[in-house]
Amino acid sequence: MADAIADTRRLYTKPQNLNDAYGPPSNFLEIDVSNPETVGVGRGRYTTYEVRLKTNLPIFKLKESSVRRRYSDFEWLRAELERESKVVVPPLPGKALFRQLPFRGDDGIFDDSFIEERRQGLEQFLNKVAGHPLAQNERCLHMFLQDEIVDKNYTPSKIRQA
Amino acid sequence: MSFFSFGQSAEIDVVLNDAETRKKVEHKTEDGKKDKYFLFYDGETVSGKVNVTLKNPGKRLEHHGIKIEFVGQIELYYDRGNHHEFVSLVKDLARPGEITQSQTFDFEFTHVEKPYESYTGQNVKLRYFLRATVIRRLNDINKELDIVVHTLSTYPELNSSIKMEVGIEDCLHIEFEYNKSKYHLKDVIVGKIYFLLVRIKIKHMEIDIIKRETTGTGPSVYHENDTIAKYEIMDGAPVRGESIPIRLFLAGYDLTPTMRDINKKFSVRYYLNLVLIDEEERRYFKQQVWGGKNKSEGSESGLLQK
Repeated sequence: MADAIADTRRLYTKPQNLNDAYGPPSNFLEIDVSNPETVGVGRGRYTTYEVRLKTNLPIFKLKESSVRRRYSDFEWLRAELERESKVVVPPLPGKALFRQLPFRGDDGIFDDSFIEERRQGLEQFLNKVAGHPLAQNERCLHMFLQDEIVDKNYTPSKIRQA
Repeated sequence: MSFFSFGQSAEIDVVLNDAETRKKVEHKTEDGKKDKYFLFYDGETVSGKVNVTLKNPGKRLEHHGIKIEFVGQIELYYDRGNHHEFVSLVKDLARPGEITQSQTFDFEFTHVEKPYESYTGQNVKLRYFLRATVIRRLNDINKELDIVVHTLSTYPELNSSIKMEVGIEDCLHIEFEYNKSKYHLKDVIVGKIYFLLVRIKIKHMEIDIIKRETTGTGPSVYHENDTIAKYEIMDGAPVRGESIPIRLFLAGYDLTPTMRDINKKFSVRYYLNLVLIDEEERRYFKQQVWGGKNKSEGSESGLLQK
């Protein structure tokens, strides 16, 4: 029984454009959560974080943006995405209610190491979410990342190409 | 297993005439082991001898007949009581009576039809066997000899390549191409994936071969999917204009032929899944029916989330 040897030669491919090969990739998206600052006095104090975005994805109106957000803004974003989109939204770093109780030995929610832990968790959360093609269609994500203020009375909608 | 009795008992044995020359092939048993069996094709004659050996020489063995059967049947594991015999032939070897000494009977099933290939799956089994029986009042003495049947097919006259552009709008566009639409079990899948638009951060890409065994009909249809192979074809992030080659040797995997609605009882189909995984473990896939048509029957793509 003579077995024919299969033809395993590669299929023809057209050569790649050198600009495409060595130029910046079309999937550039970088999000940093940094510079925590505690604002306010006494019991009304809260911490804000700088959310900085750099991208070349056409779906984002601004290719560079920087806004300040607090933890409750992240909670709002997570709730909106869960309700409006089919995305399985990753969890946020913990709410740390126990840290808000009085008579603690440390600085509670204004403790440096806690803030750093939370900062890392928030950064991970945003990178996971912002890279999701379905989340990128949600108005709430763009408002959170690029608008000066989060308007919680907005009308949820889908975004097409910016 | 025989009763404690003072009567006579016998051993029964089935031997094929061409046992020396006939080819044997490996076939999986129900518990996953591999055994060797004689190989037959459709239309071949099955002939041999049945040896009845008395355990206590000198004593008589009374019986209600000795026969040999050739059976081809489909067994659904969830319904073991009902065997669906699609081939059933009988030859009587001896009329009811008695045997006083060990005897040998010749048999021949001429040009037996064997329409389907032997198959042992997860929920269904199709097998062929010879069964020799000494019929008695209380308990029969019988012996089965399993054989394996392969079907032959010809190379398809038309075996066009498959080429398709798929993707998620504004996000990921690829064009995939496979050199054939029908592959045989020792074939090589040669193809390529060409990236037209990459706006997500891809970590790697793989091809999966999925086997789907379908049993039952109407409302009680049951599909069992099994991933036969996962083969990584790309590690790292591609950009626009890049072409990734595919070369997948099928002989290394445990495959069976595609079986369509065998005796209206079961089917076995294979799918090629192209899967891309991004940096956040999100999976993007394109499923293609293999050996099937180039159309959307059984073809889907999408974005799966963890």
